[in-house]
Order: sequence, then C-alpha cells, then structure tokens
Amino acid sequence: MSAMSGSSASPTRAGPPRAAPAGPAAIEVSHLTKVFGSRTAVGDVSFSVARGEVFGFLGPNGAGKTTTVRILGTLIAPTSGSAVVAGIPLGPARAAEIRQNISIMPEAPGLYRRLTVTENLEFFARLYGLPRRAERITEALAAVGLSDRAQDLAGSLSKGLRQRAALARTLLNDPAVMFLDEPTSGLDPVAAHDVHGLIGALRDRGVTIFLTTHRLDEAERLCDRVAIMNTSLRTIGRPDELRQELFSRSLAVTTAAPLARPDQVFAGLPAVQGWQTADQSADQSADQSANRSVERSGGSAGSRPAGYVLTVSDPARAAPAVTRALVAAGADVLSIAESRHSLEDVYLQLIDDTEGRTR
Amino acid sequence: MSMSAARIGAVIRKELAEFRRNRFILATAAILPIVFLVSPTVSILAIKASALSTVLEKRVETSLFLPLLIPVFVPALLSAYAVVGEREQGTLEPVLTTPVSAVEFLVGKAAAIFMPAVGISYLMFGVFVAITQFAARSAVATAVLHAPQLPAELVFIPLLAGWSIWVGLAISARATDTRVSQQLGTLASLPPVAVAALFSFQVISPTFAVAAALAAGLLVVDGLACFAVARVFDRERLITGTKPTSGTGQPRYRARGAS
Repeated sequence: MSAMSGSSASPTRAGPPRAAPAGPAAIEVSHLTKVFGSRTAVGDVSFSVARGEVFGFLGPNGAGKTTTVRILGTLIAPTSGSAVVAGIPLGPARAAEIRQNISIMPEAPGLYRRLTVTENLEFFARLYGLPRRAERITEALAAVGLSDRAQDLAGSLSKGLRQRAALARTLLNDPAVMFLDEPTSGLDPVAAHDVHGLIGALRDRGVTIFLTTHRLDEAERLCDRVAIMNTSLRTIGRPDELRQELFSRSLAVTTAAPLARPDQVFAGLPAVQGWQTADQSADQSADQSANRSVERSGGSAGSRPAGYVLTVSDPARAAPAVTRALVAAGADVLSIAESRHSLEDVYLQLIDDTEGRTR
Repeated sequence: MSMSAARIGAVIRKELAEFRRNRFILATAAILPIVFLVSPTVSILAIKASALSTVLEKRVETSLFLPLLIPVFVPALLSAYAVVGEREQGTLEPVLTTPVSAVEFLVGKAAAIFMPAVGISYLMFGVFVAITQFAARSAVATAVLHAPQLPAELVFIPLLAGWSIWVGLAISARATDTRVSQQLGTLASLPPVAVAALFSFQVISPTFAVAAALAAGLLVVDGLACFAVARVFDRERLITGTKPTSGTGQPRYRARGAS
C-alpha cells in the first residue's frame, strides 16, 4: 500500500498496510491510479475488502471516492494499477462479467421519471437477464419498504423515496459486491435506520458492501473497516483501531473549582503520563463534555469549574487512582470519564493534516 | 461477448414506454408528419384539370419528395436526445453499470426509434397516395401512382431513417447538450436528403439500377454505422464528461470490448 507508506506524519499512516479480515477478498486493489488530464483523481491506492465485509470509504468532496467506485465498477479505466472485483480481474475483457456480479448505486438515483417504479426495476432486471423478475422486484421493493408505491411514476416520488427505489434496483441481481454511494442521502431518520438494517441484513447474507458516505456516524455504526481517502489513501482499519493509533487514550476530569496545585495532584500518579487543562487541550470533545457536566451539575460561570485532560495508558485502571488523588487534595469531582474520540475526530485529524501539508 | 436479444428488447421496451409518456416526443412525432402530409396533399388536390403536363409532373415530384422528409427529421430529433438525454437525467450511469454492452444499448435505442419513425412514414405515404386516388383528378391520381420514383422512395424510407438514427446517436453520444445534439443531428441528416431530392426531381434519373445502387450504399452505411457509433460511445467520456487520458497502458471500456 504505497499510498499509505508514502505518508510519514503518524504511525498509522506510515505503517505497513493493514491486512483485511481473514477470508478470500471480494475486492483487491493494487496501486490504482487515475489521472484526468493534469489532475490526479486517485493516486496509487491499494487495499482489499474481504467477502461479507462492510467497508466504508470516506473522504472529502473531490477525494477520488466516486472515481474509485467507477473504476471498480468498470465504468472508467484506471490509468495504472490493477484490481480484482468479485473474484474477477478488472479489465475490458471481463467487464460485463464483473457488472453481472456487482451492483452500483450512484449518488443520484437515476430513475426514469416517466416510468413507474416497477417499470424501472423491470427494465434493469431484463438488462441483468434475471429469471423470476416479478418475484425479485416484489422482494426488492419490500426490502426497502416501497411496495405500496410500486405503480407510482418515479418522477412523482420524493427524493428519499427515489433513493429507496434506487436501492431496490441494486438488490435485483443478488450481487456479490454492492457499491453504495451515499445510500442514506436525503432519507429521513426512520428511512435511514431502515437502510442501515438492510445493510446489516445483506452483510449477514455474505454480501460485500462498499459504502461511500459523508456520514461518519453511519460509517462508524455500519462498517467493519473504513478507509479515509484524499486522492491517496490516508489510512485504513477498524474505527476503534484508528482511534487508538491516532489518539492517545485520555481521561476527562471536571472539578467544581480549579485545583490549586494540579501538578502535584497528577504528576505523582504512575498511571498518568501527562496532563493539561481542558482549555489547552485540542480535544474539543473533552472540553464539550466538561461543559456539559458543569451544566448538568448546575454550575455557573461564577463557580469556575475546571477541566483537565489526563493522558493515560489504561483509563479503567487510572480513573480510581485519579479520583482518590483528587479527593485527597480536597477537590470536588464533578465528573471523570474516558475521553472518547469519534471517527469524525480521526477523519478531521487526517484530512486537516493532509490539507495542511498541501498548503 | 455475443449480443443479447433480451437486453436489446429491454432497451426497446423501455424506450417505447418513455416515448408514449413524453409529450415533446409525441408532439414531434405527430406534428412533423402531418405538416409533410398536408402540404403535398393540398398541392396535389389544387391542380386544375387544365394544368399542363409539365406543371403536373413538377407538382407530383414535389409532393412525393416532401413525405420523404418524415423518416429524416423525426428520427433525427428522437435519436439526438437518446444518449445525451439519458446523461442529463442521470439515468445513463446506472444503465452502464449493468452487463448491457454499448452495441446492445445502441441497437435497442435505434430500433425503438426506427419502428415508429418508419411506421409513421409509411402510414403518411399511404394516406397521401390514398387521398390522391380518391380525391384528386384522375390524371393526377394516375401520375402519382405511376410516378417512376414512387417504388424507389418506398425503399428509401427505412434507409433514410437508418442514416438519421445512427448519425443522431453518434452526435448524441458526443454532445454535452440536448439542443446542440438535435441541431447537429438534423443538419447531419441532410446529405442523403439532398441525394433523395435529386432523385425525386429526376435530376438523377430514377432508373432501377441507380436506385438499387444508392439503396445498397445506404444499406451498407446503415449496417456499419452501428459499429462506428459504438466506437464513439465512450463510457468514460459519457460518465465523467472528460476526455480519457491516452497512453496509459490500460485499455478503455468502449465499443464491443466494453461489452
């Protein structure tokens, strides 16, 4: 994974490629590059996705996510590099075979507005040469909760319902690999929740899902692994692993009033490797957590509660010792909890880092 | 990969369903043929009994030529929309993610335009001839029915439609805007019309040999056009709107190779 080893800012990015989960790969990408004129859209990207895995593909606009999906879906040819999709080598000779075994849901639903939902699905079912078309269409519509709108013109549907119809279309050919580009874009929370359930059910059936999304909470909830992309691959791994590798573990402590000698309280604790006030911490989530704690405890600006972020190796073991030390120092402890970094923190850290270097 | 009749049929079925529900297409398919029917019919019916034979001959020539414009302009307008229209409404990318090949897609599109365009053309031609037989003076009716160019023109209707369709599809596959595509498609349909006009006005003598040679030429062009258009049907350009980079060492997904 040369794109990853080419970076040197953090161990995550400089380290060797992370192996995909055990089992045969559904997608194997090696040094994939795509250049449009003088612009590199995808630069030397390598990764693999195991069968039955939900793989999140994240990155800012223009990061090359859609281009990568289009290359893997045989819509456009790579400038260099190679890939295997659904066990079939990527290339013009076997492009139709790949397309028969995958499905792609582009960001725009792409439905024929003058045809009914059923007619749209019927058309695609025929293009795939599927038997039992009526049955499959019924099942696909039921899976996305659109059975009652089957005879409606696609053009009369709301954006969310069109999105669901497009999702139904990707289910028709029972694909080995599904590429979903922003599948919950435009959906209300209930419909998005249903789509998440559907993705989970597909994973249980062994379908590999390549999910492109901007919703990091969605990626964190659904994906076995995520890749963060910004032309080249910035990192790849399980969300928990990325958090641990990118951020040191920490405890967020809030006291009713500032400690007189915080250095004396924290420095003597073997479990604590370092500390700083919440104001100094770049960790916005710890800061916000402290503020929320103060609000909950009824604190006011005048009582001047104070927040501290402690770098620890094992929060579960450090917390009791820290609490004892604070109580011994006469502090009123409002809250003490592990400071959790979200996938969004990981994403922002990596993307900011990339953009900082570009500037 | 061999062509699949089922996939071609799917494209035809979808296109016809869309045509039926598209007012612009219905209006185009209705108004143009009516104009090209009414004009020559009125012209023929207005011929007086005392008209000189040269006047009669000229009127018949003109009247037989105008219906020939139906298989030229109707398919030109429809085919110009065929690819770029799908691209504009965002339906092209999902279709290209299926196993349908460029040739299957284009043949399906062409057939879906060909059938109604040629059907309407023959219908209008038939209506014109029928009206002349029932309503025109007997000398006029006889002149129309026995015009030497009449059988040749009947042969030329599908061939002209074929030309218009393939030229229109080729332009549609390269154009970025429907209106530009329709204008260029209509212009590009004119060369065979010019030949047909020379034929209708007997500038080129409408002998069987000439008609057969021209028809054979158009037939060959129409037959090969499918593959020529498939060559310009570039998935990458259509999807990304950018010219594919050359000299990359990677084969591109296009024409038959893309299947």
